[in-house]
Amino acid sequence: MTRFITSSFSHLILLIGILIMLVPVWMIFASSTHTSSMINMNGLQMFLGDSFYENYLRVLLYQGGFFKEITALKMFFNSFIMATGVAILSVVTSLMAAYALVYYRIKYATLLFWIIFITILVPLELRIFPTYSVMAELNLVNSYFGLIVPISASAIATLFFRQFYKTVPDELLESAKLDGANTWRFFVDFLIPLSKTMIVAMLIFMFVFGYNQYLWPLLVTTSEQYWTVVMGLKMMSGSIVHRFAFVMMSMVPPILIIIVLQKYFIKGVFQDK
Amino acid sequence: MSFLDLKNVTKIYPNGTKAVHETSLSVDEGEFMVFVGPSGCGKSTLLRMVAGLEDITEGDINLDGKLINEVDPSERDVAMVFQNYALYPHMNVYNNLAYGLKNRGIDKETIEQKVNDAAKLLQISDYLQRKPSMLSGGQRQRVAMGRAIVRNPKIFLFDEPLSNLDAKLRIQMRLEIKKLQQKVGVTSIFVTHDQVEAMTLADRLAVINNGIIEQLGTPIEIYDNPKSLFVAGFIGSPQMNFLDGNIKNKTLSAEGFEIKDIDSDFEGEVKLGIRPEHLSQSENSLINLKVDLVEQLGSDNLVYGQLKDKKDFCYRCPGNLTIEKGADLSLNIENNKYYIFDKSTGKRVN
Repeated sequence: MTRFITSSFSHLILLIGILIMLVPVWMIFASSTHTSSMINMNGLQMFLGDSFYENYLRVLLYQGGFFKEITALKMFFNSFIMATGVAILSVVTSLMAAYALVYYRIKYATLLFWIIFITILVPLELRIFPTYSVMAELNLVNSYFGLIVPISASAIATLFFRQFYKTVPDELLESAKLDGANTWRFFVDFLIPLSKTMIVAMLIFMFVFGYNQYLWPLLVTTSEQYWTVVMGLKMMSGSIVHRFAFVMMSMVPPILIIIVLQKYFIKGVFQDK
Repeated sequence: MSFLDLKNVTKIYPNGTKAVHETSLSVDEGEFMVFVGPSGCGKSTLLRMVAGLEDITEGDINLDGKLINEVDPSERDVAMVFQNYALYPHMNVYNNLAYGLKNRGIDKETIEQKVNDAAKLLQISDYLQRKPSMLSGGQRQRVAMGRAIVRNPKIFLFDEPLSNLDAKLRIQMRLEIKKLQQKVGVTSIFVTHDQVEAMTLADRLAVINNGIIEQLGTPIEIYDNPKSLFVAGFIGSPQMNFLDGNIKNKTLSAEGFEIKDIDSDFEGEVKLGIRPEHLSQSENSLINLKVDLVEQLGSDNLVYGQLKDKKDFCYRCPGNLTIEKGADLSLNIENNKYYIFDKSTGKRVN
């Protein structure tokens, strides 16, 4: 009986937590399906209205921004390119960096690794002026390349892959060598398949990281053509219901990614042997 | 020149540890050579130098008439079975076997043929589609061997491959390795610290201690005729008994007994070695043993006890003799089978 009470109690706490997190989201969603005059008069709504299609379609296709050059659809496209680019580039570079750090006989490899790791303490915001001037010199302002590259070196992903490679037994490398595998083959045929789940986890992690970028895209794009969804949240003008609809839609891609790939995510972050 | 030739091979690790001292050795084609010695004696290092997994500090290694010091392990055409098997965990058994062949650019049909042949030979055909994690220890062992066989290499290297198996399986696999090697006829080097494995598998045996080959020979030669104190103590189970003694005028005097007319001109402090199985009970006894403990193995009894000077001593007798704890036994050395070693150098003198 006491067990029943304690477990119901902990469930109650969890339920309250869930409600605190979900109710605002639900209210925004419910309100986004009403007309704006309804919201303006009666405040936020708890129940669904009947303007769902009208509001959402208008938001997707509305020419927004100061110069009316961009639609929400285009912003989603930009965010997708940026997030995917950041995810792929950062995973590829950290896989290779970790490989070099663990398997090549580099002097001071540990020191080098910690120097890479320290960059975590130097967020983009701190180095934003030099980074911007580099991008400007390279003529990469207002380009996808300029959006993606400066935030694509990930010390965290390098750490994860490095720690994983260190657990791979040396005999595997030796055995592969005797089987005629060179350094590249060992990387492609062994380390990549063995770290598959971790690669997926890092892809998700970096995708969401890239998708959530706000300050950097704001600085490096002057043309509305390159606006991303997160920028759009601030920049979008329009009535309250349309903004709500946009907020709701902006949450969809990261949630989808997590739902589809969460199995790998959990496996990869908490490697079970 | 023989098939595998090691000439004055030395290994010094970067931290200054000398693992192998100027070792020379030749292995004939088709021969089964075993390196045996206590852990840390340099036997694995020597093997890994042949494989190319360790750099050679000094000396030359020739394989099949070709100097291989600087040849990359992937080009040496050697196959190795590791202690923990080092199977590729993400590949099924088929791909584990085929991987080395694929890297050599062999066409698909030939690979399939070779893998299937090797699988049949090792009786792993049923598991070809399984991942290594779904196999038992013995099956993994077979896959590891299969991976070596399938490439038809110039030489097989075994680095203590049986030490992860339970006792029964170890004996079974030991037999199978020997049979397989005889069937395939590939030159093999097998590293072990287990002297029974070494004795049973080897055509020839290299007893290694502190990075030096103490003695090289057939198992029986080494058992019958150990050239040093270390070899005598290492080969043979239970271990040889050693007693302190002194030789003067061809007479050896040990604690409590003397042996006259020994076959040696040596004079001075010695160690006398007697194998437990070379003793028998008799009236005109040489050695008196007070029994502490009897281990009954069925076919044999191992009798442990003490001599007059409280020295531990072991005697092996047939299992049908009943010996009580606390009994006094009078023992004699059969057929004068004893070994005398110079106490200071450890070298054999008789």
